[in-house]
Amino acid sequence: MSEPVNAESAVLQKTFELRILRYTPGRDEEPAFGSFQVTGAEGMTVLEALQTIKDTLDGTLSYRWSCRMAVCGSCGMMINGTPRLACSTLLRDLPPGPVTVEPLQNFPIERDLVISVDAFVKKIESVYPYLIPKEQKTVAEGPHLQTPAQMAAYESFSDCINCMLCYAACPQFGENPDFIGPGAMAMLQRYNGDSRDGGRQKRLDTIHGEDGVWSCTAVGICSEVCPKQVDPANAVNQNKTNSAFDFFLRFLRTEQPQ
Amino acid sequence: MTFSTREIQKRSISPIFWLLFGAGGMLSALFGPALILITGILAPTGTGLPENFLSYDAALAFARNPLGKLVLLALIALFFWHGAERVFLTLKDMKAGSSLVLKLGTYGVAALVSVATILLLLAIGF
Ligand code: SF4
Ligand code: FES
Repeated sequence: MSEPVNAESAVLQKTFELRILRYTPGRDEEPAFGSFQVTGAEGMTVLEALQTIKDTLDGTLSYRWSCRMAVCGSCGMMINGTPRLACSTLLRDLPPGPVTVEPLQNFPIERDLVISVDAFVKKIESVYPYLIPKEQKTVAEGPHLQTPAQMAAYESFSDCINCMLCYAACPQFGENPDFIGPGAMAMLQRYNGDSRDGGRQKRLDTIHGEDGVWSCTAVGICSEVCPKQVDPANAVNQNKTNSAFDFFLRFLRTEQPQ
Repeated sequence: MTFSTREIQKRSISPIFWLLFGAGGMLSALFGPALILITGILAPTGTGLPENFLSYDAALAFARNPLGKLVLLALIALFFWHGAERVFLTLKDMKAGSSLVLKLGTYGVAALVSVATILLLLAIGF
């Protein structure tokens, strides 16, 4: 006697086609799509589908991931042409038909879905991504206190997970790879907006050039694709104002940058 | 761990144009619609405005008043600088020409209009 096939198990048997951009440097002339069928993928995220492919169909498939819960920022890729986190994109939420998966746009491909992050990391490092205390305090003098309002001023910017989706979406970064970009500006504002921090001027000096905040033309798509509602466009905008005032007020500054 | 620092870049002069753009944007948002309504619809059809509101004499008196001159200059010049920045960035994204050509065609026009406005306002007398 066979088990009755209920609707649910029929749904679980649904097959999804993934078209994945493949590239192995030194072997392939140029990137090309490979197609994979994943069965029973109704409840899977794109990341889980990639893992299934790697485990059962092609062990050479390369991609980055770690947390699979949208906090590490490593699984960013172009899914149907939009930058998204693979671990928080459910296959069943995508329009019917084959799902296209490509490495993040605007970055050099290292292999398959893995892109080179070197330039991005350098940009993050360049904005002094750490607290530069306004005043040095000994342990005996107690902690640097902050009111809830002071914390709210920068808190959303501290949610950035460095996933680079905003860079993949930004047409100005696509035009000018040296543009500091939305993510690094969010990082900058996270510290410049912190009442305990004293590094504001140092950071403003890193973004006052053409490749700094002034490469932005207020497209705003960075904030639309951000998976953590960081609103990097707001960080960029605030710092256009800050940098513009700095442009004129620098002559009144007593302390000149070294 | 050592952090890499970017070479400090030469300061961009964009803040000048960006502030003019911002000021023009604010003014046009605040006064643009009202101006279109008054000078474009109400005055020509003579609805709802006091008589002679925009007659030649009244307009001339306004343009001769120092404060009136300032208002006219701010409105005309800043509206143009706002539009110039928008058009410049759009044309730049469309790669419509070299940066210098585009700047002359946009910022250049705004600068010309600003200077012409100043000269005309002075020529009208006080
Ligand atoms: S700002 Fe948002 S999209 Fe950009 S790197 Fe941070 S989390 Fe990702
Ligand atoms: S695996 Fe960490 S964000 Fe997706």
